[in-house]
Amino acid sequence: MQKLIGWIDERLPIVNAFEKHMSKYYAPKNFNIMYFFGSLSMLVLVNQLLTGIWLTMSYNPSAEGAFASIEYIMRDVEYGWLLRYLHSTGASAFFVVVYLHMFRGLMYGSYRKPRELVWIFGMTIYLCLMAEAFMGYLLPWGQMSYWGAQVIINLFGAIPVIGDDLSLWIRGDYLISGVTLNRFFALHVVALPIVLLALVVLHLLALHEVGSNNPDGIEIKKNKDENGIPKDGIPFHPYYSVHDIVAVVVFLFVFCGVVFFFPEMGGFFLEKPNFEPANPLKTPEHIAPVWYFTPYYAMLRAVTVGIFGLPAKFWGVVVMGAAIAILFVVPWLDRSPVKSIRYKGWISKVALISFAVSFVILSYLGAIPSTPGRTTLAQVLTFVYFGFFILMPWYSKIDKTKPVPERVTG
Amino acid sequence: MKKILVTLVFTMLPAFTLAAGGGAPLDNMEPDLADQASLQRGAATFTNYCMGCHSMKYARYERVANDLGIPVADYEENLVFSDAKIGELMTIAMVPSQAKNWFGNPPPDLTLEGRLRGPDWLYSYMRAFYSDPSRPYGVNNAVFKDVGMPHVLAGLQGVCDHKPETGAEVKVDSLSGRIISDGTCESFASEGSMTKEEYDETIYDLVNFMVYMAEPSRMESESIGKWVLLFLIILFIPAYFLNKEYWKDVH
Repeated sequence: MQKLIGWIDERLPIVNAFEKHMSKYYAPKNFNIMYFFGSLSMLVLVNQLLTGIWLTMSYNPSAEGAFASIEYIMRDVEYGWLLRYLHSTGASAFFVVVYLHMFRGLMYGSYRKPRELVWIFGMTIYLCLMAEAFMGYLLPWGQMSYWGAQVIINLFGAIPVIGDDLSLWIRGDYLISGVTLNRFFALHVVALPIVLLALVVLHLLALHEVGSNNPDGIEIKKNKDENGIPKDGIPFHPYYSVHDIVAVVVFLFVFCGVVFFFPEMGGFFLEKPNFEPANPLKTPEHIAPVWYFTPYYAMLRAVTVGIFGLPAKFWGVVVMGAAIAILFVVPWLDRSPVKSIRYKGWISKVALISFAVSFVILSYLGAIPSTPGRTTLAQVLTFVYFGFFILMPWYSKIDKTKPVPERVTG
Repeated sequence: MKKILVTLVFTMLPAFTLAAGGGAPLDNMEPDLADQASLQRGAATFTNYCMGCHSMKYARYERVANDLGIPVADYEENLVFSDAKIGELMTIAMVPSQAKNWFGNPPPDLTLEGRLRGPDWLYSYMRAFYSDPSRPYGVNNAVFKDVGMPHVLAGLQGVCDHKPETGAEVKVDSLSGRIISDGTCESFASEGSMTKEEYDETIYDLVNFMVYMAEPSRMESESIGKWVLLFLIILFIPAYFLNKEYWKDVH
C-alpha cells in the first residue's frame, strides 16, 4: 500500500494534496454546531449526483413520456422510489444545509477580509443551485412543474423592450413545451452540475488558502507556535473528520426519516398538484414555488405598484433579483471592527435576528395564497430584509463592540 | 443606489389581491395499508365499477396482485376484464375524444388520485352525490360542484334526494356507541342495495385501495425505513465515542 502511494506520489502530488487540505490543514479548534453544514452540503451534493445519475437511466425527457417515466421509476424500477425520494428530499435538504451554512457566515462574519472570495464563490454556488433546482423541478412534468416554470419564465417577460423575446428564447417555444423540457434536462444533468462542481472546488481552494474563520471571528494564523502551526488550530483530519461523522449520522437520521416516512413533507417537498401530468390548458388554483424559493416569491408579490411607467411586475422582479444580488456585496457592507456576532453590539444582533425572522416569515407567506393583509406584512418584511443590508454600513460602524480576545474561547 | 432602493421600497403600497377559494369541508378517512382484505375489496370495487371509464395506466396488474396477496391466476380470472396480460399496464379501451363528448371531459386516470386529492377528499366525494335533475346525468356532487361524472355507485348507495353535508360533526349515541347522524345522506330519491354502513365501508375500501395505488412503495418504504433508522442509531454510538476519543486531548 505504502509502495503504491509512493509510486503515485512521484507522478501526482497526492500526499501533498492530502496534507494541504486534510491532515495539515489547521482549522480553529472552537468550531461549534453551525460549522457542520458545509461538509453536510458536500454530502448532499454527492447524494444528488449519484441518485441523479441513476434516475437519468430510467427517465424519459420528453413531454409525452416524462410523467409516465417518473411513475415507471416509482413502480417498476427496483428501488426506483428510493432513488427518487432521495433525490427529491435531497433537493430540499440541500437548501436547508446551505441556508444554515450561509447564516453561519453572516453570524460570525466569515465573509470579511480575507474571505471575500470564499463568500462570493459560495454565493455563486447558491445561485447555481437555484438554477439547478428550478430546472430540475420541471422534469417530472407535473402540473406544478409546468406552471411554476411558466410563472418564473414569464418574469423575464417583465423586462422592458427585450422581455418577450428573452422569455421566448429561454423557452425555445411560444409556451413551455417538450423543447423547454429537453433543454432544461440538458442543463440540469450536464451543464449546471459541472459548473456547480467547479465552483465547489474554487470555494474550497479559496477557503484553504485563507483558512477557516471561527465563532470568535479571530485569525488563528496571527498566533503561531515555533513550528509555524497556529496555536488555536488543529489538523482538519482526523479531528474534524471524526467530528463530521457524528454530524453525518445525525443528519442522515433526520434525512432518512423524511425519505422513508414523509417524502411529501406535507406538500412542502413534493407538491400535490405535481401528481397530475402537466396540462397547458388548465391553470392550477394556487401556484406556489417549492419552499426554498418562497421568500423571493413573497417579495415579488409584495411589489404591487409600478413606477416610472414600468409595471409592478417588473419592479417585483427587480426586488427579487436585488434580494439575491445584495448578498454578494455583504463583505463590503459590514464595517464593524469585529467579525463575530459574539463581540458585536446590540444593534447588529437585533438586525441579524430581524433579518432571519423576516426571511422565515417571508418564506411562509410565499407558500400560501396572498390576501391584502398578508401582502402588507410581506411589504414590511421586505423592508426589514433589505434594511439589514442597506443600513449595515451605518449600524455596523456605530454599534458598540466588545473587546475581542487574543485566543479562541472554547 | 441606496436612494433608488429606498424610493423603490417606499413606493410599495398595498393593493387588492384575490384570496383563493376554499373547498367544501371534508370527512376524515385514515387509510390502513396493512389491511389487505380491505385493499382487495377496494380493488374489486374499482375494477367492477370504475375501470370502465378510469384507467390506472401507470400501474401493472401483476404488481397489484402480488402486493395485495391475490394469487395471479385468481386475479386474472376475476379482475382482468380485457384481454390484457397480467404484466401489462392497467389501461382502458375508452377513447378520450369520445369520452369528452359523453362527459364533457375525459375521465381522468386515477393511478395517482389518492395522492393528488388525498383520502379525505375521495372518501367525501364518493359519498356526496345527490339528485339534481338540472344536470345531464341527474346528479350533482356536494364536494365537486357540477362534476361531469354520473353516480356510478347509485345502485349500491341509492341517490340522495338532498345535498348532503360533508365534514359534518358526527353525533354518536352515548349508550350504544352507534352513529346517529354524520351529515351524509338520510333520505333517498331512489334506494340502493346497501345500507349506509355497508356503503361507507365499500367507499372506505375503495379509497384505501386508491391510496395504495398512488404510492405502492409506501409499506415497503416504512418497513425498510425502520431498519435504516435503527442502524443509524447504532452507528451513532461508535461515531460519538470515536469523536470523543480523538478530542479528549484538545483543550
